[in-house]
Amino acid sequence: MTAPAAAEKVKMSVRDLAVSYGRTPALKSLNLDIATGEILSIIGPSNSGKTSFLRSLNRMNELNPQARTSGTVRLDGRDIVREMPAEDLRKRVGMIFAMPVPLPLSIRDNVTYGPRMAGIREAATLDALVEESLRAAYLWDEVKDRLDLPGPKLSGGQQQRLCIARSLALKPDVILYDEPCSGLDPISTAKVEESMLELRKSHTLVLVTNNTKQAARVGTRTAFFLMGEMVEIGPTDRIFTGPEDKRTEDYIVGRFG
Amino acid sequence: MRKSPAVRQKIGFGALALATLLVIIPVIAIVVLIISRGFGALSWEFLFSMPRDGMRAGGIFPAIVGTLYLVFISLLFALPIGVMAAIYLSEYARDNALTRTINLAIINLAGVSSVVFGLFGLSLFVVFLKFGVSIISGALTLGIMTLPVIITTTREALRAVPQSYREVSFSLGASRWQTVRHAVLPRALSGILTGAILSIGRVAGETAPILFTVAAFYLPNLPQGLSDQAMALPYHLYVITTQIPGIPESYRYGTALVLIGFVLVMNVIATVIRSKAGKKK
Repeated sequence: MTAPAAAEKVKMSVRDLAVSYGRTPALKSLNLDIATGEILSIIGPSNSGKTSFLRSLNRMNELNPQARTSGTVRLDGRDIVREMPAEDLRKRVGMIFAMPVPLPLSIRDNVTYGPRMAGIREAATLDALVEESLRAAYLWDEVKDRLDLPGPKLSGGQQQRLCIARSLALKPDVILYDEPCSGLDPISTAKVEESMLELRKSHTLVLVTNNTKQAARVGTRTAFFLMGEMVEIGPTDRIFTGPEDKRTEDYIVGRFG
Repeated sequence: MRKSPAVRQKIGFGALALATLLVIIPVIAIVVLIISRGFGALSWEFLFSMPRDGMRAGGIFPAIVGTLYLVFISLLFALPIGVMAAIYLSEYARDNALTRTINLAIINLAGVSSVVFGLFGLSLFVVFLKFGVSIISGALTLGIMTLPVIITTTREALRAVPQSYREVSFSLGASRWQTVRHAVLPRALSGILTGAILSIGRVAGETAPILFTVAAFYLPNLPQGLSDQAMALPYHLYVITTQIPGIPESYRYGTALVLIGFVLVMNVIATVIRSKAGKKK
């Protein structure tokens, strides 16, 4: 099933993408376009290939020696495997993990980790990035007076926003969220979602979530994955009000999942 | 008759406490024995002068100097190589038949008895490479002996660093080396230093590897360079205990006390460095 994002500009295009771990297939021949500036939500039960798909978009799958990936993914027309070094790709396609993992460094050093690895040394540039990124992640007001506090000392919700700020410091085009709110309380979740809606103005977002309500709240388009295949994709409103496939409807109304 | 859980719990705890006691008692007994019999020998002369009267009088200064040389030179050689090998094995090498064989070899190497290392050092460094019986031969032999300890502890320290730190670092566009250098190594440093501490104790205390490669029965002068022979504390202890009749008992225990104290001081220094390194992050 192909789902071209018609009139809008394509940010990433996925063709015949398949991922397997050893002999176990996780994702079977996926075709999908991600439009610039959209929030694409991906819902589905566990083992449906959502995370495998997400981790193919920034080549994190390659870190798993068991993983085999085939097919092509393009970012702005360039093949991300054959035409880009993984490091360059990951600077442009950031990732937020399910469990926030602040490195055991200060808040400031966490945010500047990516830029420093990319070779930025000037203190003024880094300081500006810290403020800008923390503001965009809705964390600045809570930590601006204690930027030297170790990142792991923050609360869970703050840690996740710190991780978002850390990704933003690299000024990525695309941000991948892998169930970013699965361990967060409702207020922290609301703040993360708020920042996503704001970031949409300048970034393309892909959100994998187990929480169908979250997909309904923030997604511009929603795709439903099941057993390694994309069952259906469409504007979020339509997926939630009039799904074409029976399985999508069953999942959304909670008959399984 | 079944005993109540509370009674059985008491018996269980009692057995565990007894086992712990059995471990501690010999250690305390050894330390008390050595201190009580050896403390009387300690003096500035004992520590800092040359032996006299066929080693029945004077001090053990050349043996202390020799052991210092051996510890520092062997670690200078073994620590960087061991740590780099461990980084390669744990962070870079793929898990295949070759690396599994290498890992198995390293574990077995740690179990090889030290006299075999001595023989190896004799044939490789002393004879084949023509270094002669010298500090460099002995230090390299001790270094090779301690490599498996350093590699194993370093690898364990690297493995203890959560995989998620590596993932985060990669996801932020860091290369593999940047990830190792900035996200992994700082977190493994204290474990790596623990390996170094263990090695110091082993290098300072081993007799067999230095027997054929460096140790001298008696030298009238301090070693002048790496190609000289040297006296060393463990071998000196062996010599004065078995080869020299009529030596005061306190000399033997005094030498043992210096050896233990030497290892203790090195461990304290390394522990201080470790806690400093731990605080810096």
